[in-house]
Amino acid sequence: MPLKATTAPPFLTVLVRGLLAGLIAGLLAGAFAYVAGEPHVEAAIAIEEAAATHVEPAAGGHNHEDALVSRTGQRGGLFLATGLFGAAMGGLLATAYVLLSRRRRTHDDGRVGLLLAGAALLGAVIVPFLKYPANPPAVGDPATINQRTVTYLLMVVLGLVAVWAGSLGYRAVGSEAPTWQRAAAAAGGFLLVTVVSYVVMPSFQEVPDDFPATLLWDFRLASLGTQVVLWTGIGLLFAALMHHDRRRRAAAALPST
Amino acid sequence: MSTSTSSQPLVHSAGSTRLLWTVLATVAVLSLLTYLVAFDQGAVSRSGMYLHELMHDGRHLLGVPCH
Ligand SMILES: [Zn+2]
Repeated sequence: MPLKATTAPPFLTVLVRGLLAGLIAGLLAGAFAYVAGEPHVEAAIAIEEAAATHVEPAAGGHNHEDALVSRTGQRGGLFLATGLFGAAMGGLLATAYVLLSRRRRTHDDGRVGLLLAGAALLGAVIVPFLKYPANPPAVGDPATINQRTVTYLLMVVLGLVAVWAGSLGYRAVGSEAPTWQRAAAAAGGFLLVTVVSYVVMPSFQEVPDDFPATLLWDFRLASLGTQVVLWTGIGLLFAALMHHDRRRRAAAALPST
Repeated sequence: MSTSTSSQPLVHSAGSTRLLWTVLATVAVLSLLTYLVAFDQGAVSRSGMYLHELMHDGRHLLGVPCH
C-alpha cells in the first residue's frame, strides 16, 4: 500500500471523500430548499387540504389530515432527506471516479470530479426535469404514482446515456480536429438520445386547471435550484478533498529533510 | 494469461476481484439508501409510512415523483 500511495488512493479513501462531500452538499441543498422551496410546499398543501374538505379522500389515500409526521417534522425531515440523498450521490460519484480513473489515468483529480458532477447534473437531473418537471403536493394523480416513478427512473437512465453518447461523439472526432467540431459531435450525440427519449417516453398531464401557474413555476425553480446546489456542492467539495488528499500524500512520499 | 500492455501497469487479478466486490457492495448499499429516501413507502424500511412522510418535503423538492 505505501508503494502506490502517491499514484492512486485506495477505493475506500476516495469513497469516504465522496460520502463526506455528498453529505455536506446535501445539507447545503437542504438549506436552499428550506428557504427557497418550503413556502411553496406549504402553499401547495394549503390548496390540497382546501380541496380535501370538499371531496372525501379515498380510503388509503395520501392524506395530510391525520399525518404520521407533523408539518414541522416534515420541514425538518427535509434536511434528513437531502443529507442522505446527497451522501448516496457523493458515494456513487466517488465510485464512478475510481472506475474511470482505472481505465484512464488522468492528472487532474479535481477536473474529473467536477466533470462527473456536471455530467450527473445534466444527465440525471436536467434531462429528466425537462420531461418530468418536479411537482408540488396537490399536483399529480395518486393512481399513476407507480407508472410515474418507473418512467422517471427510466428517464434518469436515458439522461445518463445521452451524456455518455455526447462523450462518445466528442471522442469519435479526433483530437486534431478543431474544438467546435468535437463540441458539435458531442452536442449531436447528446441531443439525438435526448430527443428520441422525449418522443418515446409517455407524458403526464396532471396539473389541475385551477392550480396557480406562478406557484407551480416558483416551486419548480426552487426544486431545480436544490439539485443545482447539491451537484455543484458535491463537485466542488469532492474536488477540494481529493486535491487536499493528493497534496498530503505527495508531501508524505517525499523524504523529510 | 495476462493481456496487459507493458505501458499500463494493471493491478493483479486478486486485488481486482476484491475491488470489484467492494464496488458492487458499495453501489448496492448506496442504491438502497437512495431508494429509502426517494421511493420507499414502507415496504423495505418496515417503518410503515413514517420514513416516507418524514422525508416528504425533501422528495418533492429533489424532484422525485411523490403523490
Ligand atoms: Zn407528496
